[in-house]
Amino acid sequence: MMRLRKQTGRIENIKSVFEVETGSPDDYVIALAGNPNTGKSTVFNSLAGLNQHTGNWPGKTVNYAQGKYVYEGIQHILVDLPGTYSLMANSADEEAARDFICLAGPHATVVVTDATCVERNLNMVLQVMEITDRVVVCVNLLDEAKRKNIKVDLAALSSLLGVPVVGTNAREGQGLNELKEAVYQVASGSKKNRPIRVVYDQEVENAIGLIEPLIKDRTGDEAPSRWLALRFLEGDNTAFLAYKNLVRDDCKEKSDDLATLSSESSSMLGKQMEIDDFRDRVVGSLVKLAEDIGGKTVYYKNEDYNRLDHKIDSVVTSKIWGIPIMLAMLGLVFWLTIQGANYPSEALAAGFFWIEERLTQLFVWAGWPDWLYGALVLGVYRTLAWVVSVMLPPMAIFFPLFTLLEDSGYLPRIAFNLDNFFKKACSHGKQALTMCMGFGCNAAGVVACRIIDSPRERLIATITNNFVPCNGRFPTLIALAMIFIAGTSGPCQSILASLSITGVIVLGVVITLSVSKVLSKTVLKGLPSSFTLELPPYRKPLVGRVLVRSIYDRTLFVLARAVVVAAPAGLIIWILANVQVRNTSILQLCAQALDPFAYYLGLDGYILLAFILGFPANEIVIPIIIMSYMATGSLIELESLSDLRNLLVYHGWTWLTGVCTMLFCLNHFPCGTTMLTIFKETRSKKWSLLAFLVPTVTGITICFLVAQTARLLGLV
Amino acid sequence: MSELTPLNCLAPGNAGIVRRLLFQGSERRRMLDLGLICDTIVKALRKSPSGDPVAYEIRRTVIALRSEEAAKILVECMSVGA
Repeated sequence: MMRLRKQTGRIENIKSVFEVETGSPDDYVIALAGNPNTGKSTVFNSLAGLNQHTGNWPGKTVNYAQGKYVYEGIQHILVDLPGTYSLMANSADEEAARDFICLAGPHATVVVTDATCVERNLNMVLQVMEITDRVVVCVNLLDEAKRKNIKVDLAALSSLLGVPVVGTNAREGQGLNELKEAVYQVASGSKKNRPIRVVYDQEVENAIGLIEPLIKDRTGDEAPSRWLALRFLEGDNTAFLAYKNLVRDDCKEKSDDLATLSSESSSMLGKQMEIDDFRDRVVGSLVKLAEDIGGKTVYYKNEDYNRLDHKIDSVVTSKIWGIPIMLAMLGLVFWLTIQGANYPSEALAAGFFWIEERLTQLFVWAGWPDWLYGALVLGVYRTLAWVVSVMLPPMAIFFPLFTLLEDSGYLPRIAFNLDNFFKKACSHGKQALTMCMGFGCNAAGVVACRIIDSPRERLIATITNNFVPCNGRFPTLIALAMIFIAGTSGPCQSILASLSITGVIVLGVVITLSVSKVLSKTVLKGLPSSFTLELPPYRKPLVGRVLVRSIYDRTLFVLARAVVVAAPAGLIIWILANVQVRNTSILQLCAQALDPFAYYLGLDGYILLAFILGFPANEIVIPIIIMSYMATGSLIELESLSDLRNLLVYHGWTWLTGVCTMLFCLNHFPCGTTMLTIFKETRSKKWSLLAFLVPTVTGITICFLVAQTARLLGLV
Repeated sequence: MSELTPLNCLAPGNAGIVRRLLFQGSERRRMLDLGLICDTIVKALRKSPSGDPVAYEIRRTVIALRSEEAAKILVECMSVGA
């Protein structure tokens, strides 16, 4: 519950709209705002530690993290707002940040800024100060500034802005206590800020002067009426509407006069200037004031301070080296992941098998029935163990490596290098990054789509992420490529296998780009789109922090969701394989029913069924195929590749079956974890359904065409 | 006032002063929020491997813009070395 500025109507509304979880009404709610790339999340993590969780903005696809810490005996609830350049509500993120500061009325708002570009960040600071007096400015990344010989006069900045300014180096934990103290003083009201007011040019001020009293009339004295008037004059009445509905629902009877107010402001403005012109002047004044303050408080002792960044960029984004370096980096990450994952995977599998034996002994000792043993141990436990031992090691290697690249600032350069390809496909260069992430895990790739700020491109990246084969599908692709394309022996085997895997990846990328283009020209046509790509300064990543963050935020997150879907699936698979109807298992009956359709796709009923049953995790597709061919009741793995080849060929596989299975593996519905994530991210059944259908239909079409062509030409 | 050039015509290494934005509505706001207001100095830093987008230095930050967007930003070229 939130206690805010003693407005009775407000508290209940806010509680329901912003899911802020406070323990007691005396808790302080602190918002954390700031531009992207200022280390805002580092400040958040350093303050809240592991006391945090993520949630969604109600009805929106903007995610925010909440955390808490105790200072001076008072619990501070920290709300991490989306990183934005402004509060003008150009995007869902900006609207969410604006609404929180304006409507939820936190006890204090901390604006995190980057010490190496204070002036630019001040734009955001000034905008926040227009909404609320209760601001603390945090100048973060002081170490980077020092390294670049940039000096920020914090005291002067504080006196010019009229709010507390605290310098921090959140990565090392420096300045956090001072920040907590400043926040406490502002939140408790023991320190009254006297924030500087942005003065606009005469015409803008005149317009404000006319509209502000009208707004004040309707919202009361507590409202940031000057700020609301500005938004209103800009033709953006959402802020006013939101404020009125949420905060002052007692004045709903006046709702009809919104139209009056609207027309009044536009007619008055219309006489003097266009809305675009008005906005130019407003932003112009903000930026000029920021420039002025920045000029008085920041000293660049070395104008060439970002020479190293430019040097690195001139290599990693150069015409000759840009793309080769990128491929080498990504190749190294994948190689380390695939090679490095083998040993821990084996160790985990051995460990899980040891536990299974103990469980078996327990069941025998207790004399529990066979069906219970089968369902729980051979079904649920074995599937779970399988998924964890196959999924965990590659993710635990891939995600930290990827986060390392992310932290160093290299990833935006990949987007920069590749944007032209994505532009031709009507999507965003950052999609390259979400695709890279998809190689690790499509669910994580879908989460990564948050970095794309334009709604249309974000959806495109979400829906097409599955065309990138994830860690769970790689082993299947590799095994089949070895058996059916490269042949199990001969000197060229590994080269041929590598080439075919590369071919699959290239095919996946081509399909991604084509589907992206089709989507943006059809279903997603009307959605707004924009392109901005900041190339932030390079920073030395902190290995410890990277490890913690990638394990907590990504690996465990994905694993937990996988476990949730794998456990019940293990039970279902076991039941299907073991419940007999007229001497045939349900599994075989289903496979037989699917067989005619699967034949058209170059597959057979068992393969198709394995993909369907593999919905919880793609890792178990091959084990299910083996299980059904060998007519055993639980998942097993064969000792060697040639055993697998013999089994498959014995059951009628040809090279065409191999190729079609690989194609279907690349193009079919996302796994359960990914579907769940897509739904959570988009909050839309429609888009989730589309994300399900698009790859499935693509896969069916491609397999059908390949199989029929091969048969027509008599190749099989 | 000397002749205005679209920003995408600025060769890497050269700088210009923003004089006009041909955007409207929300696109214009996004540009303003990046600090691209009149009289702002913009420096073209480098092209991406395929020539587009181009990285620009705007108010001590490096922002990549696609050619379509840069074409709508009219600048007054500054003499090289200034």
